[in-house]
Amino acid sequence: MTSLPPSPPKKLGLVIDLDTCVGCHACAVACKEWNAGGHSAPLTDENPYGADPTGVWFNRVHSYEVTGGECGRTVNFPRSCLHCDEPACVTVCPTGASYKRAEDGIVLVNPDTCIGCKLCSWACPYGAREFDDDDGIMKKCTLCIDRIYNEHLAENERVPACVAVCPTSARYYGDLGDPDSDVSRLVAERGGYDLMPEMGYKPVNKYLPPRPRKTAAGATGAPDRLEPLQSTTQGEDHNNRFLSWVDRLLSR
Amino acid sequence: MNPAYSVIFFSTATGAGYGLLILLAALAAAGLIPPRFGLGIAAFTVALTLITAGLLASTAHLGHPERAWRALTQWRSSWLSREGVAAVITYVPLLVFAFGWVVLGQNTGFWIWAGLAGAALAVVTLICTAMIYASLKPVPRWRNVWVVPVYLAMGLATGALLLNFLMHVCGLGAAWMVCLTAGMTLAAWSIKLAYWRHVDLARPMSSAGSATGLGRFGEVRQLESPHTSENFVMKEMGYRIARRHARKLRQLAFGIGGAVPFVLLLATLALPPVLAGFLLAVSVAAGASGTLIERWLFFAEAEHVVTLYYGARVSSGISGGK
Repeated sequence: MTSLPPSPPKKLGLVIDLDTCVGCHACAVACKEWNAGGHSAPLTDENPYGADPTGVWFNRVHSYEVTGGECGRTVNFPRSCLHCDEPACVTVCPTGASYKRAEDGIVLVNPDTCIGCKLCSWACPYGAREFDDDDGIMKKCTLCIDRIYNEHLAENERVPACVAVCPTSARYYGDLGDPDSDVSRLVAERGGYDLMPEMGYKPVNKYLPPRPRKTAAGATGAPDRLEPLQSTTQGEDHNNRFLSWVDRLLSR
Repeated sequence: MNPAYSVIFFSTATGAGYGLLILLAALAAAGLIPPRFGLGIAAFTVALTLITAGLLASTAHLGHPERAWRALTQWRSSWLSREGVAAVITYVPLLVFAFGWVVLGQNTGFWIWAGLAGAALAVVTLICTAMIYASLKPVPRWRNVWVVPVYLAMGLATGALLLNFLMHVCGLGAAWMVCLTAGMTLAAWSIKLAYWRHVDLARPMSSAGSATGLGRFGEVRQLESPHTSENFVMKEMGYRIARRHARKLRQLAFGIGGAVPFVLLLATLALPPVLAGFLLAVSVAAGASGTLIERWLFFAEAEHVVTLYYGARVSSGISGGK
């Protein structure tokens, strides 16, 4: 059923910290690795070792340069499904293959009923859906539904693969529908925001902005400048003049 | 957006087919067309062939055409599903209308009511087709009030050209029909011009700044693409080939699809029937060609906001700027 469920009690999603992301692509690779054998497997690659390889990935890491205002800065920007509250990708689906889960808000595609019309990919402003030419169906991020509820995994591993792998902890996973959850508090504290809010899709995933750029050193208790090793006030310090004369003499 | 040929053929062919049958029913209801067997068999064959071929073509771009029937299930939320349902239902009254006309030689009473019901459903189907595009927020050139009138008017104008030609061939040609067809052609292309004017002047809604949320820090520019070759998103949504020729192609579409048929139609009023018939055939071909170019441009010129992530600065209405 592609009509949307009533607002789910749980809104599982990601929070991505653009301040700490170093753009290493580990999340994209871990996503590909897990999902190539997961719920939406296989993620077909075409011509993988050729000159022009292409294939299905659920997570793409862009790098942007922001100029003006202050000095230019580089921001690494992972982009994946935002599991929106108002996902038009779901409502445009003519077959009911795209759906939003009533229990946790995760947006999924049923691979057995998708006809591969691609309309959902047109309806997504965020480019989250990628068509698998081999399977003839649309594929997308599952929020690692086969990890987060997987009782065969240790409890601390029941997070999306991209979150588990991130070496700088720039990705957080949790319930964004609960205002007291760790992720919700983090979003409130750091001013987490929606991508393209003007589209009205109400994304669940949030992005944390880069922190303000530092132009001065932090206060560490150290003096502003160190005492000079050698006095620059010449003439008065006879001892110093003498040593300078010795220095000059020996330097000849 | 990537212009899929199957979808372009689908929307132009079904548009012309439905347009033809809408006019056939309306003009018969007005008592302007007698239930002549020759015209009936020709008009229903042409229209139903166009509609059926178009609907079948639309399944050609599916990853799983054998599952196409599933598209009839989600009419509550999906315009694509509504369109499928409307297209299937429309066959019923139209086939009844065709039976009365061709087999029984009648186009009044019950049979014309079936025809009018079919015409109304055909209008609904055309509106659903247009709404598939007009409902997509990420494509600003489609999400506007002009898309539905354009699809309706183009369907009616190409259908009128066909009906006018068939009436002429069947010996039912009339000056009023020629004038009606010329008027519909003029109206359709005026609406298309208004659509182009609207999308060219539309203010962009999104920018690389709003797409990334980094606009608050300054101007956002892509430093590095996430991948070295084009992925599905870039191929499907970032189609840019020949967009720089958009102005010329618009003029070509308008000239071939609008101006040529209009002039030819008026010229036939002063020509002997055989020569007029030839020119009317040319007008049908010109109208169809112009509409195909127009529909190709409808896709090729449409920019998707996802391209903002891949280096486009603003999702704008300005044509040919790339």
